[in-house]
Amino acid sequence: MGDREGAGTMPDGVDLGALFLETKIQETLDELDAELVGLRPVKTRIREIAALLLVDRARAQLDLAGGNPSLHMSFTGNPGTGKTTVAMRMAELLAKLGYVRQGQLVAVTRDDLVGQYIGHTAPKTKEVLKRAMGGVLFIDEAYYLFKPENERDYGAESIEILLQVMENQRNDLVVILAGYKDRMDTFFASNPGMSSRIAHHIDFPDYSLDELVAIGKLMLAAQQYRLSDEAEEVFRRYLELRMTQPNFANARSVRNALDRTRLRQANRLFERRSARVTRVDLMTIEPPDILASRVFEADSQGNDREQGG
Amino acid sequence: MHLTQGQFSFLPPLTDEQISAQIRWALDHDWAVGVEFTDDPHPRNTYWDMWGMPMFDLRDPAAILYEINECRRAYPTRYIRVTAFDSTRGWEAPRMSYLVNRPEEEPGFSIVRQEGEGRHITYTTHSYATEQPPGERY
Repeated sequence: MGDREGAGTMPDGVDLGALFLETKIQETLDELDAELVGLRPVKTRIREIAALLLVDRARAQLDLAGGNPSLHMSFTGNPGTGKTTVAMRMAELLAKLGYVRQGQLVAVTRDDLVGQYIGHTAPKTKEVLKRAMGGVLFIDEAYYLFKPENERDYGAESIEILLQVMENQRNDLVVILAGYKDRMDTFFASNPGMSSRIAHHIDFPDYSLDELVAIGKLMLAAQQYRLSDEAEEVFRRYLELRMTQPNFANARSVRNALDRTRLRQANRLFERRSARVTRVDLMTIEPPDILASRVFEADSQGNDREQGG
Repeated sequence: MHLTQGQFSFLPPLTDEQISAQIRWALDHDWAVGVEFTDDPHPRNTYWDMWGMPMFDLRDPAAILYEINECRRAYPTRYIRVTAFDSTRGWEAPRMSYLVNRPEEEPGFSIVRQEGEGRHITYTTHSYATEQPPGERY
């Protein structure tokens, strides 16, 4: 407190540390670190944005001109790399920093923006934009908005309105576009106006094996489960195999695998229902729960089934 | 004549910033904000036309201010008011209502005296504007 009073009487300095504490940014950043494994480049960029907004705030306190930074972003990356999760955190963070007023996240896809007949698109898009004002508009799989093969597609109209609002009402909302890397690149290439209005292009890398294991353990911990030591070994082998198979969707695959594992664990406990189950039994995942997966079966038989079990 | 109806009507017209602050207050209380317009300024006229739907799903004043401006653009010479409806059981009524747009010229009201039985007189107000048909009043 003493520091802050000092800053008040001495108008040629601002205590960044106090401002930092006051806005509780660290909490959100810590949460981000704890809940999201890996994603180095993403976290670095978020840290930078947080720092920029903090400095801007300090500048505003000293009556220095502050260009309102454009914070529209694009998240590109493979499925299951945490784009939506980060977008949600982003909304929270921006609200804490006072960049957006409410901090709600409105997640939409093409369906919510583009209408079905002439004159339907504009009101629909505007409706969504209004709901997102004061917060973050998250457009998932944004490349579907633009269909180059059909020049009468209403998506272009929607993009036009989006661009207008992104430019003129920068203070009112932040737009985040998300999608798979290659398709988003095509999307931006055919919409240069969109690309140039987005200041932050953030690429989400795929997770490494260690990171996936850590993610799996976090997910289990959140549901009050845990892997026994042997099960962890098996789980690691499972992921190794699963990663080489088609349709691998990073964290999403991990979640699905764990959901099926819980199913098998429940079944295993149910089979021996004559015996009493303890708290530890109910919480622990054992190797057989994971080994029953079709992923191992496919490996031993040398054929690869599509979905993984 | 400056029409005084609803909240803040004895103050100078609200600026957009002040309107936003009032909307913020309503939204913070979870009241649904709606925009209404009319060209019949009689104080007993409760049937104003709605501009779109009441905005149950909006969380930020900027979006509602956008609708107010759209309404102003469409009906620049009518009275436009913002109401905030409280749906809490027991209330279920508008909690706020204030004008955000008014015609340039407000002709005002006359008083009409009606002679009844004996020497009894009933009084009523009559808006000069309503002498014209709807849509041609201002």
